[in-house]
Amino acid sequence: MPDATVTLDALLAPYVELQRDALLPALWEIQTAYGYISPLAVRAISRTLRIPEAEIYGVVSFYSMFHQEPTGQQVVHICTDPACGLKGADDLLRAACARLGIQPGETSPDGGHTIVRSSCLGLCEHAPAAQISRRGADVRSVAPVGDVDRLLAGDAGPRPTVIGGEVRVLLAGEQCQMLDEYGDYAALRHALQHLDPDRVISEVEKSGLVGRGGAAFPTGQKWRFTRQASEQPHYVVCNADESEPGTFKDRVLLETRPHLVLEGMALCAYAIGASKGYLFVRGEYPEAYRTLQDALAEAQAANLLGKRIMGSEFSFDIELRRSAGAYICGEETALFEAIEGKRGYPRMKPPFPTSQGLFGKPTAINNVETLCAVTGIVRYGADWFRQFGTEKSSGTKLVSVSGHVQRPGVYEIVPGLTLRRLLEEYCGGVTGTLQAVLMGGAAGTFLKPDEIDVRLTFEDLQAIGGTFGSGAVMVFNETVDLRDVLRRLARFFQHESCGKCFPCQLGTQRQLEIVERMDRPLSGDYERLRDIGLTMSEASLCGLGQTAAAAVLSALRKWPELVGTS
Amino acid sequence: MTDSPQTVRLIIDDREIAVPEGTTILAAARQAGIDIPVICHHQATTAQGNCRICVVDVNGRRLLQPACSVVCQDGMVVETRSERVVRSRRTILEMLSASVDLSEAPDIQSLLDDYQADTARFPEAARRRYPLYDDNPFYVRDYSKCVLCWRCVQMCGVDAQYTFALTLAGRGFHTHVSTAFEAPMLETVCVFCGQCVGVCPTNALKPKIEYSLEQGQFFDKRSE
Ligand SMILES: Cc1cc2nc3c(=O)[nH]c(=O)nc-3n(C[C@H](O)[C@H](O)[C@H](O)COP(=O)(O)O)c2cc1C
Ligand code: SF4
Ligand code: FES
Repeated sequence: MPDATVTLDALLAPYVELQRDALLPALWEIQTAYGYISPLAVRAISRTLRIPEAEIYGVVSFYSMFHQEPTGQQVVHICTDPACGLKGADDLLRAACARLGIQPGETSPDGGHTIVRSSCLGLCEHAPAAQISRRGADVRSVAPVGDVDRLLAGDAGPRPTVIGGEVRVLLAGEQCQMLDEYGDYAALRHALQHLDPDRVISEVEKSGLVGRGGAAFPTGQKWRFTRQASEQPHYVVCNADESEPGTFKDRVLLETRPHLVLEGMALCAYAIGASKGYLFVRGEYPEAYRTLQDALAEAQAANLLGKRIMGSEFSFDIELRRSAGAYICGEETALFEAIEGKRGYPRMKPPFPTSQGLFGKPTAINNVETLCAVTGIVRYGADWFRQFGTEKSSGTKLVSVSGHVQRPGVYEIVPGLTLRRLLEEYCGGVTGTLQAVLMGGAAGTFLKPDEIDVRLTFEDLQAIGGTFGSGAVMVFNETVDLRDVLRRLARFFQHESCGKCFPCQLGTQRQLEIVERMDRPLSGDYERLRDIGLTMSEASLCGLGQTAAAAVLSALRKWPELVGTS
Repeated sequence: MTDSPQTVRLIIDDREIAVPEGTTILAAARQAGIDIPVICHHQATTAQGNCRICVVDVNGRRLLQPACSVVCQDGMVVETRSERVVRSRRTILEMLSASVDLSEAPDIQSLLDDYQADTARFPEAARRRYPLYDDNPFYVRDYSKCVLCWRCVQMCGVDAQYTFALTLAGRGFHTHVSTAFEAPMLETVCVFCGQCVGVCPTNALKPKIEYSLEQGQFFDKRSE
C-alpha cells in the first residue's frame, strides 16, 4: 500500500525505462498516494516516461477518477444514475453534502472529505451505491449505502452477490471460485492436446456465439480475421470496462469466476496466435481488480499462463490494466488509446482492430462474458452450446436486472425466455405496477408494459425496434417520473461524451438542456430533440454518439406527451 | 509496389467519376467540381473526422460517412446533399453557433447561410466562454471562438512541430485547447513558430499585432 509520505521519485522508480503505455498505471500510483495529480507530479512523470507535460495534463483531465486539485482524505463518489436515482441517490448526495456543509465537487473545510457525483458504478442491484477512495489506500465500493454517517466513516459493509436464472453455465455461485475450486484449465488443456488453432476457431464459428459487449458481432469471424492478419504480433484484449448504466454482469463474472475469464483469454490467444493479452478493467471495479490480481498470480504459479503452458509450445501472459472513469473507454478503439496512455478518443474505422488494433497491431478484443462463453464451446463443442437458445441467439446469456423488481441481480437465461417470465418468475415480480422497461442500458430503448411478452433474443428484440445491448434490464413502476429518468440518461451522455466529434460533443449538451426543461417545454422542443437525435445517430463518429439519443427518441415515440408535441 | 494505382469508378450526385484508388470522396468530389463543406479538414493536418460537416450518404448505409476520410470504392453511389445530409449539417451548424462565437469565422458564416441555419434555434443554450489569453508578445488566444477542429494541437504536435505545448483538455462539451495546467504560454515549451495561428479557421488564435491594431493599442502608445 503506497504511503502518502513516499516521495515522487520513489513512487516512480519502477517506471523508469518504461514506455508511454505505463502512463495510466503511473497516474494511478500518484492519485492513490496523494489524492490528486499536481503539476509537480506531472513534471516528474514527464521526465520519467518522456511524455510532454501538456499531453499528461490532457490525459489527467480526461478521466473522472483523476483529480487536478487537492482532495479530502476520503473522496466519496455517489452514483446518481437511473437505478440509484430510484433508490434515493439525490437525497443521499444532498444529505452527505449538508452534513459537511459543502456542494458536490467540493472538499470539506477540515480536509476530511470530498464529495463527487458519479456516473453509474455498476452496482445497480445494490442501489443506492457509492465508492470511497481513501488517500493511500485502494478504492472501495459501498452498496447499498445504509446511512450517511456510516458512508462518511468509510464503512463499506457487506455486498452480497445476487444471482439467479434458469441455468448455471457461466455463473457458478455467489462465492468467488479461486483455482482450487475452479480446477485446472480443462478447456485449454483439451485445446492444447487435441485441437489446432484453426479447429478452435471453426468450433467457435459453428457455435454461433456473438459478442456480449453490445454489438453482437460473430466471435469466430473476428478471431479468424485476426488470425489471418499478417502483421505481428497479435494481441488479445478483454474488455472489462463495463460502464453501461444498468449493466453489472461482467462485474459478477470477474468477482466470482476470474479463472473462467483468464482461461477464455488464453483460448483466444491460442486461436489467433497471440502471446500477450491485456485485461482492461474499469477503475470503479476495485474488488474485481484485486480478485483478478490474485487469480492471475495463481494461474501463473500453476503454469496455466506464462511460458510453455502445461508443457506445450504455447506461451501466453496477461497484464491487468485499470481505467480511471470514462464510459467511452469501453469503445474498443478508445480502450486501445487508454492502454497506450492517451486520452480515450475513439479512432475512425476502418482500419478495424482485427488488422490495426492495440499498438497498431492485429487485435481480438472481446467482452468478458464472450470470453467466458468460449471455454464451454471449446470443452464441450459447438453442438453442446447450441442446445441453449435459438438459431441466432445461441448459448446462455447474462442479464442485469435493476430497479423495481423484488430481487435485482444477475440472471443467467436461455434466450427465448420472455421478458415477462424473467421478471415474474425469476426476479420475484415487479414491485408496484409496471410502467416501463429500459432494455440495453442508457444506450438502449424503452418497452411499454404491453411489450414484455417479447422473447429475449437478439432477433426478437430487434424486430420490435428494441435492443438486447449489454443485457441491462431496468424496471420502472408507476411511481417513477419518466422525465426524471430521461434527465439522468441525458446527463450521463453529456458527462461521458468524449468531445471528439461535433454532433455528440454539442448534441449531448443541447439534448440535456432540452430534457431538463421537459416539465415546461418551449415550443419547438420536440422537433429540436428529434433533429439533435437524428443528427447524433447518423453523423457521430462512434457508438456513443450514435446511441446517445436512442432512449430519448424511443421515449418520445412511445410517450409523445412527455415533451408536449407542438 | 511500383504499379500505377488502380482506377476506381463511382457515382457522386448522379455523375460518373473515375479516380485513382485511395482517393477520398472529398477529393473525388472536388475534382468533379462538386462542393462538400469542411470545417476540421486541412491539407496540413491528419484527418480525424471531427466536425462531421462533410458527411455524405453512401450506398444507402445507415450511418452517414465523412467524405474527408472515407476512400472511394468501385461501385459506390454517393449523395452529397440528401435530405438527411442537409439536416445533419444544418443541425450541427445551429448547435455550433449556439455555443461558439463565430463572428470572425467567415467560412463557417457562409455555411450558415448556405444551409439556412437558424442561429437562434437553441434558446437558453450554454455558450463556451473563456477568458482571453493575452500572455505573450506573438499571439492572443480567444477560446470562446474555438470550434475544436484540433488543427492547432495537431500542428504543435506530430503533424508538424513536435513541440507539444498544446493539448486538448477536459471532456465532451467542455473540451478545450490548453497548455499544461493552463500555464501562460511563456512558461511552456512553445517556440512561437506560429503554425497554430496559421491553421486556425475562426480567429481564436490571432497575431498580437492584428489584435493590438483592432484594440487601438499599438497606435496609442506610439502617437505620444
Ligand atoms: C460507448 C461504448 C461503450 C462500450 N462499452 C463496452 C464495455 O464496457 N464492454 C464491452 O465489452 N464492450 C463495450 N462496447 C463495445 C465494444 O466497442 C466492442 O464492440 C466489444 O468490446 C467487442 O466485444 P464482443 O464482440 O465480445 O462484444 C462499447 C461500445 C461503445 C460504443
Ligand atoms: S460520438 Fe461522442 S463519444 Fe464518440 S467520438 Fe464523437 S464525441 Fe466522442
Ligand atoms: S471535414 Fe470531414 S469531419 Fe471535418
